[in-house]
Amino acid sequence: MISANLSAIFYLISGVLFILALRGLSSPETSRQGNFFGILGMVIAITVTFLSIGSFSSGFIYVLIFLLIGGLIGAFIAYKIPMTAMPELVAGFHSLVGLAAVLVATSAFLNPEAFNLGSPGNIKLGSLIEMSIGAAVGAITFSGSIIAFLKLQGMMSGSPITFKGQHPLNALILISIVIVTYFLCSTQSTSLFWILLAISFLIGFLLIIPIGGADMPVVISMLNSYSGWAAAGIGFTLENTALIITGALVGSSGAILSYIMCKGMNRSFFNVILGGFGATQQSATSGDKEQRPVKSGNAEDAAFLMKNASSVIIVPGYGMAVAQAQHALREMVDTLKKNDIKVSYAIHPVAGRMPGHMNVLLAEANVPYDEVFELEEINNDFANADVAFVIGANDVTNPAAKSDPQSPIYGMPVLDVEKCKSVLFVKRSLSPGYAGIDNDLFYKENTLMLFADAKKMTEEITKNLD
Amino acid sequence: MEIDPFIFRLSIFILSIFIGYYVVWSVTPSLHTPLMSVTNAISSVIIVGAIIAGLAGNSDNIFNTSSILGFLAISLAAINIFGGFLVTQRMLAMYKKKKKDK
Repeated sequence: MISANLSAIFYLISGVLFILALRGLSSPETSRQGNFFGILGMVIAITVTFLSIGSFSSGFIYVLIFLLIGGLIGAFIAYKIPMTAMPELVAGFHSLVGLAAVLVATSAFLNPEAFNLGSPGNIKLGSLIEMSIGAAVGAITFSGSIIAFLKLQGMMSGSPITFKGQHPLNALILISIVIVTYFLCSTQSTSLFWILLAISFLIGFLLIIPIGGADMPVVISMLNSYSGWAAAGIGFTLENTALIITGALVGSSGAILSYIMCKGMNRSFFNVILGGFGATQQSATSGDKEQRPVKSGNAEDAAFLMKNASSVIIVPGYGMAVAQAQHALREMVDTLKKNDIKVSYAIHPVAGRMPGHMNVLLAEANVPYDEVFELEEINNDFANADVAFVIGANDVTNPAAKSDPQSPIYGMPVLDVEKCKSVLFVKRSLSPGYAGIDNDLFYKENTLMLFADAKKMTEEITKNLD
Repeated sequence: MEIDPFIFRLSIFILSIFIGYYVVWSVTPSLHTPLMSVTNAISSVIIVGAIIAGLAGNSDNIFNTSSILGFLAISLAAINIFGGFLVTQRMLAMYKKKKKDK
């Protein structure tokens, strides 16, 4: 058994190691070392917890068993999961953090002696407030992440679910959470604790259902942030520095990512959270436009265009992930490079279903990360490039965002694909993108539409390049 | 008059938010997915609370409600810890630089 002061110092060390873990991610070279620091921090935190309890009762063996069960499941998932399913995985993991926070808070509420927080019915006021916040935020994280997971997995429709009076209802529930917390803290009533949990679960569910599939990058980041605040709340209850530091880190990390994602769409955070985007515009724009002529081509035409180019910029989007086309794409690029054609990749901040989604997929396909560029880094290069190869992206290339103040995506930063000498658009059909708006790029003189599955088309182009 | 220990924890919390703010802004955008998976893994340090909860029962009554909740939380957090760190490791291993003179 080690003293409380000593264990507090060790918790501090593991908190510092977690900071270093995030710090490592500033560049891919240092990132692996960073991950190692993270693991080390976790090992220290767990070991110190065991040592500080000291009394190795028979319960200890059960702790190890449950730790092992969870660990095996986690390791199994980590090795099996395809990279394209990363958004679902992260959403799923968030829900587990949320649920764990709820369970720990509940356990502390039912048995406060074990945590030195007083006795049942007579818990220290401060601890009770912290515990209620941790439990409520944890519950919101849990149910919200479950919905995000179901939407990303396709087990639930990705389109926004809205109903009349949704916002007043949500506001009402949020207010009632505050009221219930107040009475819970003044009466210490167990049933109020259950009510708090129930309405928190409910609000998490209600908050996420109106948000559409393509807004998931914001939702995932937001839930990431929530899971951090829940952990911090529990950290205050347990008076544990490692948990407080981590909670603050994760909370601000998620908040920054949500901010970056919102900026990538030029929408305010509240606009995304209030939801319903996409559903309303769809009905407004379809119908009033007659079919405009498009030039469509086949793999042979595309291969011809690219063979005669000296530089090609590839613009990947969610469609590439859906079609699992990243490996085929890299093979195509290899062939292009053999013909001395310069190839780079342009990534829009909100391409895909989570922050950095496209980068991971390209990395999986062995694309070197120094060929992959962010929007600001590469946007000026489109004017000098011969061919833009848009694969599975749509709205992020729409010039209407720059030219048409009426457009729902007006003001969103877009890739200046239209400045290229020619544009190749791999798409399954002419259907509008998520925002439900037509893309003028389809009808431009220098655009060639390639209607096909992204993977098949890319493979065919590669064949035709040889 | 003595300062409430809560204030110390609050100070740590607020300062950590600032550290988080600056550290996360310096994360390169291409590593945002690993950032999410690793923050996921580290926020599972909540397992510390779960272990305390799990060991709360005395030897003749290991399985009371609060320790059962603790055991469950241990499993959930462990899924996250192992899953989160390993999947991050897997992702980071894929980020490679261009091979020179090929």
